[in-house]
Amino acid sequence: MINEGVDKSKRQFLTSALTVVGAVGTGYLAVPFLAQMQPSVKAMAASAPVEVDISKIEPGQLIRVAWRGKPVWILNRTPDVLETLKTLTPQLRDPLSKESSQPVNTTNPERSIKPEIFVAVGLCTHLGCSPTFRPEVSPPDLGENWKGGFFCPCHGSWFDLAGRVYSGVPAPTNLEVPPYRYITDTQLIIGEDNQQEKGA
Amino acid sequence: MKPSRLTLCGNWILERFPLTTLWNEHMAHYYAPKNFNFWYFFGSLALLVLVNQFATGILLTMNYKPDAKLAFDSVEYIMRDVNWGWLVRYMHSTGASAFFIVVYLHMFRGLIYGSFKHPRELIWIFGMLLFVALMAEAFMGYLLPWGQMSYWGAQVIISLFSAIPVVGDELSLWVRGDYVVSDATLNRFFAFHVIAVPLVLVLLVFLHIVALHEVGSNNPDGLDLKKIKQTGRRKSDEEEEEQNLKSNNPDLKIMDSIPFHPYYTVKDLVGVAVFLLFFATVIFFMPEMGGYFLEHANFIPADPMKTPEHIAPVWYFTPFYAILRAIPDKFAGVIGMGGAIVVLFLLPWLDRSKVRSIRYRGGIFKKAVLLFVISFLALGYLGTQPATPTATTFARIFTVIYFGFFLLMPLYTRWEKSKPLPKHLTYQPSLEERLPVLIDAVNEMIVITPVKLEDGTVVNKRKPDARGILNVITRLAIRLKKSLD
Repeated sequence: MINEGVDKSKRQFLTSALTVVGAVGTGYLAVPFLAQMQPSVKAMAASAPVEVDISKIEPGQLIRVAWRGKPVWILNRTPDVLETLKTLTPQLRDPLSKESSQPVNTTNPERSIKPEIFVAVGLCTHLGCSPTFRPEVSPPDLGENWKGGFFCPCHGSWFDLAGRVYSGVPAPTNLEVPPYRYITDTQLIIGEDNQQEKGA
Repeated sequence: MKPSRLTLCGNWILERFPLTTLWNEHMAHYYAPKNFNFWYFFGSLALLVLVNQFATGILLTMNYKPDAKLAFDSVEYIMRDVNWGWLVRYMHSTGASAFFIVVYLHMFRGLIYGSFKHPRELIWIFGMLLFVALMAEAFMGYLLPWGQMSYWGAQVIISLFSAIPVVGDELSLWVRGDYVVSDATLNRFFAFHVIAVPLVLVLLVFLHIVALHEVGSNNPDGLDLKKIKQTGRRKSDEEEEEQNLKSNNPDLKIMDSIPFHPYYTVKDLVGVAVFLLFFATVIFFMPEMGGYFLEHANFIPADPMKTPEHIAPVWYFTPFYAILRAIPDKFAGVIGMGGAIVVLFLLPWLDRSKVRSIRYRGGIFKKAVLLFVISFLALGYLGTQPATPTATTFARIFTVIYFGFFLLMPLYTRWEKSKPLPKHLTYQPSLEERLPVLIDAVNEMIVITPVKLEDGTVVNKRKPDARGILNVITRLAIRLKKSLD
């Protein structure tokens, strides 16, 4: 028996088989370990819609509300601002919001349901800073070409007052518009679409 | 004579654990080049700072609360109410900055003396991995005080992942554990900061040193020294050396390496003393370092609704941050920032020069290093400043130089004319020996005129001498020019 020598191929097979079984086992264990770091059920549930009263927003005024822990801006735009928006098209990267994220009913140049009321998530699409609201025209620090808009202090991205990004800045797309709908003329609900209205 | 209890105790251990062997291998019989200079302090200092971070970090976790509602206040509690809490906290926060100062200088040493070149490529790779782990450690630690800068800094850096095509958004969600930076993020960063990354750091330090002691330390001349195995010098080596010492050939009388202990342990102690002097000065007199070590906006609790007017990372990230900002495209910016670190990994293969040390390299490399240092420092400064159009233009120029230094290296190092290498390590004059020359230079710049006072005594009046000053400056300029050739 001893003289028959060692069957190396059998050993090789056993080693390989064991390696494969071990790798599969590690793979299975990795799933719960890695999935543990995903948002928990509680974090996913904490995304309830927010109701906002917009009757007290003066023309030109911006208010901030928290939705899913993010800042959401509601801006009451003056007719002047809406006129300026029309002239900016050549300087913008995505003036018609084709590559940007917004509900269908706000995919228009003003990026809103009612032209004067603008709603957007106040986080820069570059790296998530909250841009500053700079409605004034040509302030000394931003220069001649500034027609009023949102300026991201982190990396210098420019957005107009419809949250549309200028070309030549780091941010890739326009500011995100969250789903929202009007309950009444002065009541907004953020976080819900008005799909029933569209269906009608 | 009966052996003492202590000897018996020692023997008991030695029969079971190779204490003496280890000590000899890495200390008493680890032979290091004898001409280590100032630049060689920073390796041991990095180890010292690591120990400081561990000791103070452990104490901090005893009072810190990794909870979005409690974190900010618990840091204030440590600062105000915990006995000596302010000291431990400042030692930890200053230690973080000191770590990067020491590590940047340590890396620069490797760059100028070619310590990354064959056969030390793996030491360099382990070192770069240490650098990346250190950046992760510092970044995650910075979230823990839960101030405005902590919050928005983390928001920006985690959003970097979202620039990766296809999986980016999922990945940044996975890192955050929530749709925004939140309690979940704080908690996991705490876990990484106090357990996971420190373990990685310790492991990498071990690998870094094991690899170093396998091939031996480089030296300021970048010479290949006779390899002396760590397990003590080989018999033949010792005999050869003895013969050399007896011989009449002056070249052979020189011994190039000396045991690490006691020579370098003692030398490093001097470095430690000087370092601690600076370290203590910062801790006691300027712990915030004018907003560079602890940023002002971080004394305001995190507010997810409002980004501070001007956000900038802590100083040690600013060169990379400036590169990110300089590129007007999200994905390309992230690639640029990551690439700035990746090219460092490739250094051993980018450099084609035959010699290691800058002392024997051609002028083109010296000028390239000078440009690189200027652009690195300038990027570091620009990263702390707001992103105005002028600043962005400059940042772009320096970004190009930064990458040019590395990516053109295979070309210009191949062209360079290196100087002949000496047979043995060279000896540089010490400060003491340079003193007479310095005194001469000072005398040259001063005219002394004896003035007789009213009471008859003669006083020497010293005045600066314009021509002398000009002479000294021209000489310095010529020397500087020569040293760059």
